[in-house]
Amino acid sequence: MSTTNGTNGAQGAAVPAYTKKDFESGVDPRWCPGCGDFSIINQVQKLLPTVGVKRENIVFISGIGCSSRFPYYMNNYGMHTLHGRAPSFASGLKVSRPELQVWIVTGDGDALAIGGNHFIHCMRRNLDLKVLMFNNRIYGLTKGQVSPTSELGKKTKSTPLGSPDYPFNPPALALGAGATFVARAVDVEGAHMGVVLKAASEHKGSAYVEIYQNCPVFNDGAYLSLTEKSVKTEQLLRMEAGKPLLFGKDNKKGIRFNPQTAELEVVTVGEGGVTEKDILVHDPKREDPTFAFMLANLNQKAGFPTPIGVFRDVRKPTADEMNAQQVENAKAKKGNASMKALLSGADTWTVS
Amino acid sequence: MSSQQTAAARKRQQVDTVTIRFVGDSGDGMQLTGTEFMKASALAGNDLATFPDYPAEIRAPAGSLFGVSGYQVNFSSQDIHMPGDQPDVLVAMNPAALKTNLADLRVGGMLLVNSGAFTEANLEKASYKSNPLEDPALKQNYKVVQVDMNKATEAALAGSGLSSKDAARCKNYYALGLMYWLYSRNAEQQVGNIEKKFAKKPEIAKANVAVFRAGYDFGETSELFHEQYVVPASKLRPGAYRNVTGNFATALGFAAVAKQTGRQVFLGSYPITPASEILHEMSYMKEHGVVTFQAEDEIAGIGSAIGASFGGALACTTTSGPGLALKSEMMGLAVIAELPLVIVNVQRGGPSTGMPTKTEQADLYIALYGRHGEAPLPVIAAQSPTDCFYAAMEAMKIAVKWMTPVILLTDGYLANGSEPFRVPDDAELPKVEPRYQTTANGPDSTYLPYMRDGKLIRPWAVPGTPGLEHRIGGLEKDSLTGMVSYDGNNHEKMVRTRAQKIRNVVEDVPDLVVDGPQQGEVLMLSWGGTYGSVRTAGDELRAEGKKVAHAHLRWLNPMPKNLEAVLKSYKKILIPEVNDGQLAFVIRGRFPGVDPVQFNRINGKPIKVAELKKKVLELL
Repeated sequence: MSTTNGTNGAQGAAVPAYTKKDFESGVDPRWCPGCGDFSIINQVQKLLPTVGVKRENIVFISGIGCSSRFPYYMNNYGMHTLHGRAPSFASGLKVSRPELQVWIVTGDGDALAIGGNHFIHCMRRNLDLKVLMFNNRIYGLTKGQVSPTSELGKKTKSTPLGSPDYPFNPPALALGAGATFVARAVDVEGAHMGVVLKAASEHKGSAYVEIYQNCPVFNDGAYLSLTEKSVKTEQLLRMEAGKPLLFGKDNKKGIRFNPQTAELEVVTVGEGGVTEKDILVHDPKREDPTFAFMLANLNQKAGFPTPIGVFRDVRKPTADEMNAQQVENAKAKKGNASMKALLSGADTWTVS
Repeated sequence: MSSQQTAAARKRQQVDTVTIRFVGDSGDGMQLTGTEFMKASALAGNDLATFPDYPAEIRAPAGSLFGVSGYQVNFSSQDIHMPGDQPDVLVAMNPAALKTNLADLRVGGMLLVNSGAFTEANLEKASYKSNPLEDPALKQNYKVVQVDMNKATEAALAGSGLSSKDAARCKNYYALGLMYWLYSRNAEQQVGNIEKKFAKKPEIAKANVAVFRAGYDFGETSELFHEQYVVPASKLRPGAYRNVTGNFATALGFAAVAKQTGRQVFLGSYPITPASEILHEMSYMKEHGVVTFQAEDEIAGIGSAIGASFGGALACTTTSGPGLALKSEMMGLAVIAELPLVIVNVQRGGPSTGMPTKTEQADLYIALYGRHGEAPLPVIAAQSPTDCFYAAMEAMKIAVKWMTPVILLTDGYLANGSEPFRVPDDAELPKVEPRYQTTANGPDSTYLPYMRDGKLIRPWAVPGTPGLEHRIGGLEKDSLTGMVSYDGNNHEKMVRTRAQKIRNVVEDVPDLVVDGPQQGEVLMLSWGGTYGSVRTAGDELRAEGKKVAHAHLRWLNPMPKNLEAVLKSYKKILIPEVNDGQLAFVIRGRFPGVDPVQFNRINGKPIKVAELKKKVLELL
């Protein structure tokens, strides 16, 4: 649309030189002390001065849950909507106003339980939306029930005998739904998260970022086995484009594709004739999502590390681009008809 | 045509109003036949109204009772408001069509049947134990004209080289030709229409023309008809006219909003019978500034519209009953966020999947009250297919002026029915005037999204406006800043303020106008799609010398200021509705002491004028 009275679109005058403070609303976050959300908002507020978009053209839309309070703390346009429904609002806004940069902030319950349908459709449409999903594997705001990412057997208030439900593997779900950008970050790995968020902001299309986020009250230590200093080099596989998938102490362990089993396996460089050449080189730009999917499923098996970084980053025409193109084509083809022409159509008769 | 003289010699009888119903198998082309006849009536200057009646099944088995498809045309030299209670002429193409429609035919009316379709197999599919055409009672009650249209069509196409399947498909044009002759329509005009319609398949065009002419000529030469009829032109207001269905008119109304304002109209929708056509039509209107988004479900349909509204678009969503139920959580958000939005509910038979292709007006309660929390919003109901156009524009006008969601109720009867639409001048259109906040309105150049004007309307600042960045949402807000507030007193204030704002909308609600005596014995109070039937009943009764008044409620919330005074000017209030008495219940609650008499039909069909008149006569 021709935007609004007296305002500029994203392509207007130069973007001011912002600082992190320009993106702070001044409202004190009401997250619990020690919550992983603080680290995430800190990274987002650090990122926004670097994305080259005016503050008034950035919109944060959230659903319901602890994570969904996020827009209140950002000094942008924002909407705190309904449980699970954030993608629907964001989709309408983006289709209507493609020049805006629209972010969705959601949690594992919000996005994958009550909002599962909106989430997968948001991914498959490839609308240019950034989805930050805080995954704490628990319902926080409703005080501790099992979530769709809680582990099998998890004991919670609603599953005192252990959860009988298998969890979602979120990046695999996003890939399966056709997401063109899928990444994972961890709350305590701030610098790494910053790099991932920057990549998401630069992606044109649906960008999904799963962020492992610790809930100190209802699921404390959910990621300790990955993030504790003593274990993290063995447990975290940092995916970087163009580099071999190596991890572990001295970066000697690596991921190899075994053509016989068609599976990924962990090998050690220098053992059994394995050289660095055998290690899979990470390429998130692969059009085919198969390897991304294999990597997304890597940590589902015992003895495998958890990949963080960007699984997939592929450019495809976005739904908002294609929709805008249709409108332009219709205008070019059919011209700017008058009200009279619109109301008369092609099949009138005259009564005199 | 050589037979021209015969026609001239035959008596032509002038009649005011005729209702014809074309019925046949789903594959018999009855919708096309009816539409073509409707167009001919329009070109002859008649006022008219039409109503299609088709099965829910996409491809019902041929010859089955549930596969019958019909199209009713009411045309007149008078001002008419509905497609007619009872057909004067029933054109039945097979036994199933006869069986399902004969009861509606006026006693003494004409029954034209395709006797060629009354085979043993077809009779069995229609559960006839014997051939109804041989029943002597049939001829006593109706003017029966039997023509073997199958054979006549075959004969007309002999030597055409058309396959027998293609040839059989032409027989609806035989029926159309015969009706053209019977009602003295311009046959050459129709020949031109056929040639245009089938321009890409000249052999089919040729065949249809041949069959059409055969039907027309049969009228001329056959001894079966003693007279021809002519329905003179009506005194429609001068102007350019087009025929519109209610759904098309709704879509056109929204497109007109885009054209008038130069702003984007955004439709977020999910397909549902009988509302889908609005989405289809608007998808063809992109060049006028319409953006459509087919969402993944009903909830996302309205969600996307609210998102677009937050972005400054003039947003709407379209649905039918079960879809409205799914949208109710979202409507609560639109109410508390105070964002403009039009929710169109094309009512159908409910609850649940109910009768999707049949009409009903049983969603009044859910429209008025079907939300969690205190969540009032304006409710408008369109009264005729053409009124859907004005109601759509008006609903959007109210939504953007008052910063509120608005429900627009139409129904399956209005949505699929059609009537002539006079192309209005710009000055006749409701004026939609969105206003966007571009400057700070609070101390220290702050923006207060919930600082209201004298009418309690809040400002609308949209993304892209520098300096007015703000957050809104579903949590209760502070009455000025819009920030989250759990203060009970603030909540009470906000609930009362939102309710008062909606009451203030009454300044845009026109006073109720009463047709007939301004006080006295009986007032019929109608709303929504029953307007045509009730108006017709009132007009006819008064023409018969009965003192009965009629008023129509287009606004259900807020209700017109003079409604109470009007209701209290009559001894009896009769409320006809296609539901179990929802408006009657609302009126009893709103105006203690007023106890309306109910007249309810819940059979998936519009109210019959004759039945309603009978009820009124009981009260007089």
